[in-house]
Amino acid sequence: MAMATDVPKDGFRLSMLVYDTRYRSYTIQIVVLVLFALAVAWLLNNTVQNLEARGKEFNFGFLWQRAGYDIGQQLIPYSNDDTHFRALLVGLLNTLVVAFFGCIFATVLGVIIGVLRLSKNWLVGRLMTVYVEAFRNVPLLLWILLSYVILSETTPNPKDFRLTDEMAAAGEAPAASMMFWDSVAVTNRGTNIPSPLFERGLGSVDLGLFTVNLTLLAVIAVIAGSVWFNRRLLSGARARQESTGDRPVTWWKSLLILFAPITLLLLAMGFHLEVPTLQGFNFKGGILVAHSFTALLIALTLYTAAFIAEIVRAGIQAISRGQSEAAFALGLRPGRTMNLVILPQALRVIIPPLISQYLNLTKNTSLGIAVSYLDLRGTLGGITLNQTGRELECMLLMMLIYLSISLSISAVMNMYNNSVQLKAR
Amino acid sequence: MDKHFARSEMLPPLPPPLTERGVVKWLRENLFSTPFNIALTLFGILVLWWLVSTSLPWWLNSVWVADSLGQCRDIVAANAGEGATGACWASIHVWWGAFIFGFYPPEEWWRPILAFGLLFAALAPVLFAGQKRNLTLLLGVVAAFLLVTLWLAGTPTLAFLLAVALIAGLVGLAQVAPGRLLWFTLVYPALCFWLLWGGSIWSPLVAMAGFAVLYAVFRAASPLIGLSPAAGAGFVAAVLWWLYLDAPVAAALQSVLPLAIEAINSDQFGGFLLATVIGVTGISFSLPIGILLALGRQSDMLIVKTLSVGFIEFVRGVPLITLLFTASLLLQYFLPPGTNFDIILRVIILVTFFAAAYLAEVIRGGLAALPRGQYEAADALGLDYWRAQRLIILPQALKISIPAIVSTFIGLFKDTTLVSFVGLMDPLRGVTTILRADINWKGIYWEPYIFVGFIFFLICFGMSRYSMYLEKKLKTDHR
Repeated sequence: MAMATDVPKDGFRLSMLVYDTRYRSYTIQIVVLVLFALAVAWLLNNTVQNLEARGKEFNFGFLWQRAGYDIGQQLIPYSNDDTHFRALLVGLLNTLVVAFFGCIFATVLGVIIGVLRLSKNWLVGRLMTVYVEAFRNVPLLLWILLSYVILSETTPNPKDFRLTDEMAAAGEAPAASMMFWDSVAVTNRGTNIPSPLFERGLGSVDLGLFTVNLTLLAVIAVIAGSVWFNRRLLSGARARQESTGDRPVTWWKSLLILFAPITLLLLAMGFHLEVPTLQGFNFKGGILVAHSFTALLIALTLYTAAFIAEIVRAGIQAISRGQSEAAFALGLRPGRTMNLVILPQALRVIIPPLISQYLNLTKNTSLGIAVSYLDLRGTLGGITLNQTGRELECMLLMMLIYLSISLSISAVMNMYNNSVQLKAR
Repeated sequence: MDKHFARSEMLPPLPPPLTERGVVKWLRENLFSTPFNIALTLFGILVLWWLVSTSLPWWLNSVWVADSLGQCRDIVAANAGEGATGACWASIHVWWGAFIFGFYPPEEWWRPILAFGLLFAALAPVLFAGQKRNLTLLLGVVAAFLLVTLWLAGTPTLAFLLAVALIAGLVGLAQVAPGRLLWFTLVYPALCFWLLWGGSIWSPLVAMAGFAVLYAVFRAASPLIGLSPAAGAGFVAAVLWWLYLDAPVAAALQSVLPLAIEAINSDQFGGFLLATVIGVTGISFSLPIGILLALGRQSDMLIVKTLSVGFIEFVRGVPLITLLFTASLLLQYFLPPGTNFDIILRVIILVTFFAAAYLAEVIRGGLAALPRGQYEAADALGLDYWRAQRLIILPQALKISIPAIVSTFIGLFKDTTLVSFVGLMDPLRGVTTILRADINWKGIYWEPYIFVGFIFFLICFGMSRYSMYLEKKLKTDHR
């Protein structure tokens, strides 16, 4: 019987670098590495030459110069006397805030639509299919532009809210009225919403780079503490249930723990809402939310929700029928079947694509440029770039920031995903 | 007397009760089965009613011919009474040319039309490989479309006759030897480039000759030095051809036999012509690159793997807009001083890389989903790496990932609208902005957006339906 164990013993020949599988992979890798190094060297060499030809140098010193432009929406204090770096921070926060709210709203809407699409109701199922197909197959840019145009061209002028003496005498109502018990006014200049105010706030501490609002910090700390105590209460109740078989009544304790401390804190700090009111030709008080923000948020939410709906639907359908039949056989009601059997399994299918939708949404916030929303791309990659003429530095820095946002979102979500994944043996 | 009673024949079954048959049963089961369902149905009816009652008059009062928005509103008011709303499709009618062709000169419109029709002729053998009936059907539709539109677009007689001859030749070829149609697919890129951008016919021909050089060197050298080195030698020869011989040879041929049509500059491209050029080129080049990247990421070779992962993660981590700005702002830094190449080409390259990175991840999913046994079986058969990939791994992996691949393509096509940010005139933001800035149409917004959105919807929805068809056709397992 012939044995194929004989490795050729004759000496090494040059052609073996190509034909012998033992060496071939090294040859390929070395060729690739050399080509890559050559390409990088060529690009760097070109860049250096080009920079010299333009009399520019590569440094980031411009970040500390005066920016000199205004930003409409600022989450941290900023004026045009501040540096380009601070403008970058303002832009970055604007990007993050749209992405944050967009992810939350899109998830809520997407889950509702995805579940409704699976419902036995024919009409609602069809309506949701139409929604999903319409939003998935049309560019996001169209939704952004359309919402912006509708918001800024069909909404009334602030003066339409005015009730003049003649109109009052004639018993007429003004052409436009505020929504939600006279607290929200949508005008062609933006949306006026009430702002939270504190009579006895805790003030804020200046930390050099940014200021920390102690009031906000206190509210967050109290809410986090309440949630933590509530979870301890619930896990204590579960331990008791598992050891003795009967579950202590917790709902009123939960309500008390969750809502009493925060209510007390808000009362102690004198919390009230400042409602926007019409003064002269414009609304005063409250917060003016620019239409660029609203339009971007609406479009991102509606567009991403369509994708999330499909993910949710596919995730629920991926659970075999046997699972729900087994749950029914155990006597579980449909609601509990969903909560205890279907959803925990479906989540494992849903979460990985959901993460990439969150990433897409975050990256898509850069389309805010279409409605002049000053996010990271609008400040660092837009006005700063044009003012300083430092394309190379601005673009590299911007890509680096986007890249680190993406990588950190996917890292966090992957950690969560690992915690819910089925532990494979 | 016999007191027994026995039925000698069966009674016919009674019809089911009224609530258990027909429309009533369907209504009860699908719309009114539980209180919650009833509430949902009522909610759905409410939404539908709101949609229909607000938009139906607007659609019904559409105006198709007018010169300005004011005139449109007058016509609506005259037809439907004061205060009625109506769509003004006349705006699309007036700006039709810009929506489809951008600023492409109207007397040359036959060129993009011909290129568009021939695109389907070139795609036919790929889409419907080996199905003579579908192939002929598609080519017939293309021929009819081209004859009518070319006639309407006022094509010069000579060009029209040549186009007719070409189409007739293709249809004939489909009857005689459908397999040969692939040659047309290979030639099509050069033909399309020449038709769209114009200029001398020799530059695309000489550029294509580079591939002939590659093949010739490969064939000549492979008996002497073996397959892989010969492929490398062919590649080097082709690159040398493109770098040094391409331009002089084309210039020489042009001076001997001047065959040229009017050159069209890239900034005259726009509308759906631009979106299609970028989308189709991006789609056709991103798939092979994506496959290579996916294989690279799965590879055992550390350096190849690292480079692939780095590229994929970098491209997927940044928004497409930043890459497009790289194309318009940064490429001038990375290329030798004085180089300046076409903005559409730059955008196409970046869009292709962007889509390729996403495709690589999608295909990697398909590769990972294959059972390990398939790889081992390929090894056991003694197939080398590329044969194993081509014959066993990739056909299955690609089949698994068809839906995701097509949705990446749809995403790419939708993303072509972003080129408006680097100054190209895409149909969505470019043309619509110009239309809305036109003094005659100031204040119009629903109509252009609905029109552009509808066309995008048709194309993307068509692609997703084709992927469903393909999935069903390729389904070979019987689960």
